[in-house]
Formats: sequence, structure tokens, C-alpha cells
Amino acid sequence: MAGGVAEKMESSSPMRHTTRPIVTGTSVLGLKYKDGVMLAADTLASYGSLAMFQDMRRISKTGSYTLVGGSGEMSDYAAITHMLEDLDRENKNANDGFEFSPKEIFYYLRAVMYQRRNKFDPLWNSLVVGGFKDGQPFLGCVDLRGTAFEDDVVATGFGAHLALPVMRNKWRPDLEEGEARALLEDCLRVLYYRDCRALDKVQLSKATSEGTRISEPYKLETDWASASFVAGPGGDLDGDGGW
Amino acid sequence: MFRSMYDTDVTVWSPQGRLLQVEYAMEAVKQGSACLGIVGAKHVVLAALKRQPNELSSYQKKLLEIDEHMVVAIAGLNADARSLAKYMRTECLNHKYVFGAPLQAARLVVDVADKYQRCTQMYVRRPYGVGLLVAAYDATGPHLYETCPSGNFNEYVAMAIGSRAQSAKTYLEKHFETFKYCDLDDLIKHALKALAGCVSSDKALDKASASLAVVGLADDGVAVVSKLVEDDAVQPYLDAIDIAPAAVEETKMTDEPPPDDTATIPPPEGEQAGDVDMS
Repeated sequence: MAGGVAEKMESSSPMRHTTRPIVTGTSVLGLKYKDGVMLAADTLASYGSLAMFQDMRRISKTGSYTLVGGSGEMSDYAAITHMLEDLDRENKNANDGFEFSPKEIFYYLRAVMYQRRNKFDPLWNSLVVGGFKDGQPFLGCVDLRGTAFEDDVVATGFGAHLALPVMRNKWRPDLEEGEARALLEDCLRVLYYRDCRALDKVQLSKATSEGTRISEPYKLETDWASASFVAGPGGDLDGDGGW
Repeated sequence: MFRSMYDTDVTVWSPQGRLLQVEYAMEAVKQGSACLGIVGAKHVVLAALKRQPNELSSYQKKLLEIDEHMVVAIAGLNADARSLAKYMRTECLNHKYVFGAPLQAARLVVDVADKYQRCTQMYVRRPYGVGLLVAAYDATGPHLYETCPSGNFNEYVAMAIGSRAQSAKTYLEKHFETFKYCDLDDLIKHALKALAGCVSSDKALDKASASLAVVGLADDGVAVVSKLVEDDAVQPYLDAIDIAPAAVEETKMTDEPPPDDTATIPPPEGEQAGDVDMS
């Protein structure tokens, strides 16, 4: 992130690029359901393995139709949300009744991410774009290399390994809102159990014909009585929840 | 030669509060050959009268395609129009790359108008000597905008600019309330009839001088396409409207074309009259 700014301030200093993320958020999950699109993420920003910020909200609204969830470097995610705010302000200033659709936001983010990777100074994020406009749900994913794709279910980070198979198994296009929510919560719970950078405090959000809504953070119910989580009589090494 | 002591600089006001250089630039638009646009429910039609600088030359193009969803008609200095069109094409292309969707015409027109405006406030520049009619179909439907050298722009349901445009304006004012109910064929007929009034008395509206453009929804009702209709392709439409140079007055006199207007006209050979292939 320091790249451009540092370069301008001190022309003699070498160019600096992000080579690793510092404060990170883990998975973001998204799926289409009967009424629109639902996104979910926990609220943890980790500093390495330290669970440093436990109220980091990683899903944001842009415009009236679009939700953007971010995992990866949280300072870069903040910069991206600022870009999207600028974009939204341009739309509002034009005052011509037009606003970007989720797809246009998605394309924009793809262009930004790809441009930055071509400068070898990527914004270190995986982004999930979800939205609903003109009766059309939209769900897509963009990563730090500008790789962009759309799907009915998406997950970033650890979620792509732990949650995505579960979501693909259970997903139907006519999922009710309650079912979609239950599925996402199940996935978040699995992530909390198995991803050491995850938290049990989460936010759900949805984009439907009624607009976009993001829930306040709430605590997931968890159950640690499962046999695989309980340390066996042999001590910590046997049956400690590991494989 | 000067008409006023205050007209040699764009940046100098006349005591009447006018910018004479800018007004002279608007005069260049009035001298250009006529073009007009009509907005329907799902389409915008442009019609323009091409000029032949001399007997041996080709006719000067009047309609420039900007993007799949946008065409401009020009009146005034052609070279100025080309540079504006180049700018507009670049903006459309960039927008499509970044946002994956066509640029909103209103936004582009504002940017173009800003380009015009800059020339009216800077000592080292001269105003553009061209007016544009921008026809577009975007996320907010069909639109027609007029830009002019002063930096002003407006949206219209129908508009004509260029020499003898008043005749076309009169025609359009008489019929504009029906345009939103017209199908594409009727819009094109209206456009050609209006254009016929702009032809100078020693010339006729023929396939060489008339050109048409249609921007709007394709037959599938989803895709947006633009299409230029020139030369031989214009002939069926000219056949369909029955205007000999002498008949122009008569066309202007009759109010609405009678319902059986088209029925009396034999369909042209080959394709159906006015059947635009929007693919």
C-alpha cells in the first residue's frame, strides 16, 4: 500500500510494494437464493495469528443494490470501500437517476485489482460482490490478481476449502431465506471450528428487490461437545480435535 | 473584417454581455447541412442531409457511430466533429472496459459539453464550430441530446440543427406528440419527411444525400444496436414516403399522415419498406 504515497513524499527512497498482508480478515461466503443474494463473514481482523480487532465489519454497501465483502488485508479493503464511495458519490452528483448495477461494480473492482497486480502492487484482497437489481441477482468474486468469476455460491480464503463443498452440496436455486441463512451459519460455524483465524461473531447481509441490508454482528451458537473436539484420556495428543 | 470591436477574442465580453466569438461559432453550426433526430419508445432515429463539396467528390459523412448504443449526427465543421467523436469513442471504450457495460449517454454529453465550455473561457483556444445530435439507447432508455459550441446541451424528444433546420423543426413540432407511439418504420418516415424540408430548392432528397441511423432495441427486445442506413439502403425508405421536391410543401401541410398512408404505397422491391435489420 505504501508504494505510490511513499514514492511521492521521498523521491530518493526505493519503490515499496505490498509483499504480504499484515492485518487480515478471513473467509467471506456468498450464495444466491430465492429472493436474491446473501453474504456472510465474521468480524475478526487478525494481526498474524493474534485475534487483534474483533469488531471489523467486512461487508459494506455501495449504492442501493450492491454488497461488497472483503477478506485479506484490511487496510486495502478500507481503501477499496473508499473508492466505491467515490464512485457512488459520482453517481449521486450526476443526479440523472442512474446507478451502477452490481455487475458494473464487479467489473470495476476487477479492473482495479488487475491494474494493481500489473503494477506488481496488488490490493491484497479477495472480494465477494453480491447484489440485486432489476429482478436480477448477481454474485461474483474478484481476487488480488484480478481473477474474476460469477457463480451461484462463492467463498474466499479458508471458506473456499471448508465451506464451498458444503454450500455446493446443499445449494438449490429456490432456497428459502431461512434455509440460506441456516446454510451460511452452518458454514460459518464449521469455519469457526476449523479455521484458526475465524471468529464466532458474524454478520449476515442480503440484497433483494427491497434493497440491501447488513445485520449487526451477532454470536454464533457453537457446540464443543463433539467427540472430535474433546481431549481423550491419553492427553492432548490424542483426540485433540486435530486429524 | 469585424462586426464589433469586441469580437476578436473569445474571452472578451461585448458591452451587451455577449461572447461574440462563441456566437459566431454557433453560426458555423447553422451553416452546416441539416440533421435531425427523433425519439420513439424504443428507438432513436437520426436523419441527415449529406453535402457534396463538388461534383467529383464523395458526399461528406454526417453520421458517426460512437458505440454500439450511440450515434451522433453533426452540423458544422467536420474536422471538429471528428475530434469530438474520437474523444467520445475513447470514453465509451474505456467505460466498457472498466464497467463491462455501455456508458450512460447523459454522462458523456456532460463531458463533451465541458470540453466545449473550456474553449469559451480560454484565450488560447477557439470554440468548436460544430453542433452534435447525440442519439443513444442506454440503461435509462432512448435519448436525444443536442450539444452546441457555447457548451450548452439539452435533451429533446425531437430536434433539428443545421441550415434550413427551421423547416424540420416546424414539422417535428407538429408531430412530436405521436412519436412515442410510432413504430420504427413510422419514425423513419417522419425523419425523412422532416428532412425533406431542409433540402435546398435546387436539390432533391435522394439516396446519395440522405442518410439515416437507428439506435435502439433489437427485435429480441434485449440487445441494443445501432445501424447506419446509407446509399442504396436508403432507397426503400425514400420510396415509402413519396416526396418529390414539389410535394414537400404538401407533406408539411397535411397534419397526421392518414392511417392508410403506407397502404397506398407499393412496397419496394426485395425487402419490406422500412424493415430495418437491427442485427
